[in-house]
Amino acid sequence: MTIAVNPTQSGEPIFYLADEHPHPEGWSTSLGFWIYLMSDCLIFAILFATFGVLGGNYSAGPAPKDLFDLSLVAVNTSMLLLSSITYGFAMLTMAQNRIGATQMWLAITGLFGLAFIGIELTEFAHMIHEGATPQRSAFLSAFFTLVGTHGLHVSCGLIWLVTLMVQVWKFGLIEANRRRLMCLSMFWHFLDVVWIGVFTFVYLLGVLR
Amino acid sequence: MNTDTHAAHADHHHDDNSHGSLSTYLLGFVLSVVLTAIPFWLVMSGALPSKQITALVIMAFAVVQIVVHMIYFLHMNTKSENGWSMMALIFTIVMVVIALSGSLWVMSHLNSNMMPIHQMTGMK
Repeated sequence: MTIAVNPTQSGEPIFYLADEHPHPEGWSTSLGFWIYLMSDCLIFAILFATFGVLGGNYSAGPAPKDLFDLSLVAVNTSMLLLSSITYGFAMLTMAQNRIGATQMWLAITGLFGLAFIGIELTEFAHMIHEGATPQRSAFLSAFFTLVGTHGLHVSCGLIWLVTLMVQVWKFGLIEANRRRLMCLSMFWHFLDVVWIGVFTFVYLLGVLR
Repeated sequence: MNTDTHAAHADHHHDDNSHGSLSTYLLGFVLSVVLTAIPFWLVMSGALPSKQITALVIMAFAVVQIVVHMIYFLHMNTKSENGWSMMALIFTIVMVVIALSGSLWVMSHLNSNMMPIHQMTGMK
């Protein structure tokens, strides 16, 4: 941007280039990451809309009532919720510069995440074994796409978590690692928010149908 | 003007490092547990007389729990990033509402306007 000033009577404008002020590294990372999360939110919105449209098309196959075990879903939900609070503890201990405690809470978060993925895969394997494959009906295609995409996100989050634990182990709680851990924190809590939609609209409303 | 911008950037960098406190995390967790347990209990026990009412109630619980997560876990407020994260969130909510309600509305109309198969086979 240029600003024209005319201090003289000659009519010749003098131009000053506005300074591009320096930004500290990573100052805009959290906003950028938030915007990424919002775009991810749109992906999930489309998958929810697809499930909403196709969720009742069983093609004479199994319905949610025949497939879903709500007590298992409740256990799964609590795994994700517990991993959210333990990640919160990791962030709190990080703010206090307690590196050992941070690593421990990150590890516990990872174990809860792993339990979540394990239970979900067991559920999928059980469904597929019973013949409720993604090819069976439009309902099942939409179900596996939506819940599978969420599970894939959690799996990526787990890989990211292990990567950051190695980073913290090698380099300590440096500024860059704090920023990365904060991004993962947003990602992890965001996945828990998406799961609220999944257990309400897919599982609870599905069984109610 | 330039120094002001610098100060604003430095401030906001410090803001990012506040991650709530133990009490807000625990409060968020307890609220989430309650807001998760009630809908599961409602569906599994069939405590409410009609399915429509149960469906509306559990959807209301989901909305409240999403707000709780946003505030206590994602530390969402109107001030972070000078309000830009809130703007991005509001824009996303508008898009999500349009995509969801639009898809469901259009497709349900399309469904009810489809000619039943037994009538279609009679037409030549």
